Amino acid sequence: MNWRSRAAVAGIALVLLAPATQVRAVNPDEILADAALEERAREISSGLRCLVCQNQSIDDSEAPLARDLRLLVRERLKAGDGDREVVDFIVARYGEFVLLRPRFGAHTLLLWLGPALLAAIAAGVVFRRIRARPVSATAPLSESEEQRLRKAVDG
Amino acid sequence: MTTEIGHFALLLALAMAVIQSSVSLIGAARGDNSLMQAGAAAARAQVLCVTTAFAALTYAYVTSDFSVENVWTNSHSAQPMLYKAAGVWGNHEGSMLLWVLILALFGALVATFGGNLASSLRARVLAVQGAIAVAFLLFIVATSNPFLRLDPAPADGRELNPLLQDPGLAFHPPFLYLGYVGFSVAFAFAVAALIEGRVDAAWARWVRPWTLLAWTFLTIGIAMGSWWAYYELGWGGWWFWDPVENASFMPWLAGTALLHSALVVEKRDALKVWTVLLAIIAFSLSLVGTFLVRSGVLTSVHAFAVDPERGVFILVILTIFIGGSLALYAWRAPALRPGGLFAPVSREGALVVNNLLLTVACAAVFIGTLYPLALEAVTGDKISVGAPFFDATFAPIMVPLLVLAPFGPFLAWKRADLAGTAQRLLFALAVAVFGTIAAHAAAGSEGPLLAPLGIGLGLWLIAGAVSEIFWRIRAFNAPLRETLRRAVNLPRAQIGAALAHAGVGVVVLGITGVTAWRVAQIVEMQPGDTQEIAGYTVTFEGVAPRRGPNYSETVAGFRVARRGRPVDSFESSKRSYDVQRMTTTEAGIITSYTGDLYVAIGDEGPGGLTVRLWYNPLVPLIWFGAIIMALGGLISLSDRRLRIGAPRRARRDDTAREGAPA
Repeated sequence: MNWRSRAAVAGIALVLLAPATQVRAVNPDEILADAALEERAREISSGLRCLVCQNQSIDDSEAPLARDLRLLVRERLKAGDGDREVVDFIVARYGEFVLLRPRFGAHTLLLWLGPALLAAIAAGVVFRRIRARPVSATAPLSESEEQRLRKAVDG
Repeated sequence: MTTEIGHFALLLALAMAVIQSSVSLIGAARGDNSLMQAGAAAARAQVLCVTTAFAALTYAYVTSDFSVENVWTNSHSAQPMLYKAAGVWGNHEGSMLLWVLILALFGALVATFGGNLASSLRARVLAVQGAIAVAFLLFIVATSNPFLRLDPAPADGRELNPLLQDPGLAFHPPFLYLGYVGFSVAFAFAVAALIEGRVDAAWARWVRPWTLLAWTFLTIGIAMGSWWAYYELGWGGWWFWDPVENASFMPWLAGTALLHSALVVEKRDALKVWTVLLAIIAFSLSLVGTFLVRSGVLTSVHAFAVDPERGVFILVILTIFIGGSLALYAWRAPALRPGGLFAPVSREGALVVNNLLLTVACAAVFIGTLYPLALEAVTGDKISVGAPFFDATFAPIMVPLLVLAPFGPFLAWKRADLAGTAQRLLFALAVAVFGTIAAHAAAGSEGPLLAPLGIGLGLWLIAGAVSEIFWRIRAFNAPLRETLRRAVNLPRAQIGAALAHAGVGVVVLGITGVTAWRVAQIVEMQPGDTQEIAGYTVTFEGVAPRRGPNYSETVAGFRVARRGRPVDSFESSKRSYDVQRMTTTEAGIITSYTGDLYVAIGDEGPGGLTVRLWYNPLVPLIWFGAIIMALGGLISLSDRRLRIGAPRRARRDDTAREGAPA
């Protein structure tokens, strides 16, 4: 049931788009009366992992534990916690494993910077290659190629 | 009895693979033609053996022979015939057998139709393919034998995983494997070229169609999986950045890059060293993908029963093939001399940028997928890398790639005129700008502010592809007869490429639509209740139980009206499978030109039945675009020029073949 993970939006458009809130596994009785608060609860829970499922957020999961966590998030919000405080509260209890978006830090340096680093290195290599190469030069034929050429020409 | 024949055929196939690999290699090294012929014959014999084994297993499934442990574990007498047959590859052992079957088939095709290849190159390709087959057959025989018997035979089976009992999923694995294994041919050619120390246009002409074939199948396979997830998992998601999805997506990204770089090798004799590396990477990622789901590090619907013995075996295979080929690359690649030169602004230059971005995108997915495993192994910290990470890293790499894509086909080889190209794309730019403005106007304040740019990007790709074709046939720029003549003579590879680019644009439209403007409702409904969503009025008619062949389901009936006029009626159900006691959701979907109305039902509570309704704008375009891409691949494959590398009556003169014209 791992596939039932968060609505991930592959793609492209995504950077351009702010996360859209969606209804998923949330049951009608959980929804908060205050729409703004509910919106924040959604936002937070879509970034928290359901611990008994595989790669699924608590916002998507129908598991009872996910429901408990959803209620917990809403409880903290109602108590007046900020988004960050709610997340910290959950992380303090369940560990960083619960975050679908790992925090930037020493332990995730390579994760977050890896792609950019690689892009920079690759671009550097390509740039140097292009600059280093005169457009007109052609390598001379090797001995064996000369031979094959002669053979081909002479038939 | 057939099962024993299958078992025996499997062992025989292993022997054939050993012969294919060793004899071909020795034959190529000694230049001994009869040995090389023997290797090719072994390749053909191997496909016969594996086919026999696969047929035997299929027979056991179709006849529900529960004395075979594999059938007992993954089938049931009440299953519909389609799923009995699909059960053959719906499990670890059977899917490995399918993998080897496709591998053997491709090997035999190279052996049979490779007459126009230099015989030593062909022999070495067969040697590498044979070696892969040996590894996989050994793996099957030693750890994953599907032909083991049970005594006494159980009365009935334990049923195929209900999630897999679906037409979309029945054919998802074969397509995926055709893709994965198709890259093995490119890999075998790459390794053979490294051994030979030669990469030329003739080599690229062989590699390109195989890569194209693999890419096309992989595109279809991934799209099928995504479509299945969309309608079967009950909440309309279509991509999850799940490790197993990433496992199929990484070879696709690398394969897409390979497709483009092989073009440069073929046409301009440049980027050879890089293309060889890409071919190795594409197949290595396929291997990682095949094994990631079997090693026990991931658990999901794809993760078949795993045990540590298999894990170690897998690790050894990965090390030998990936490590071995990369070591060979490091040793031999310097021997490949760079060929044609080009200016930064040129078709080659554009393809380099394409490769750079695709490779980095692939690396981002790779890092995100494997980082948690690596971190836990090194420090013991457990972290999750989910969709938010991939959204934040993958997308910024893909957007520039897609913005630049329409430029490529307009650029000339060697040195191109950027200003002229930009001019030719003015029409596409106008379409994109117009689309962005129109989308902005239509959306009003709905959805994210920047979403209309996604629509613009999709239109840019589509209009860019159309412009390219118009430019090539000089539409509106030459007499009609001239245009028609050009249209008729237009190489299919160019039509295919333009179609594939347009297909990507269509996918972008779908992604943008569903991501930005999806509407959701969640309500409890009593029979007769209605609910408004995105201009539709949905009326709940009531629930009724129903029996299927091997499940019972609760079916909810709905009627849909739009602006007061009845449109359709549909069902949405929850199934409970008899044997595995597993519940699956069968969503009710009504597709229109503008999007999908998607309804899934939950549990019945005091307030009525929980009904989740979504309106997913443009979402069908995601799969429609994938079909267009695959179609582009197939049309390109049918190009006469590519067939030079495929079946042709071969001349027996070796030297003439070796010096195939560029």
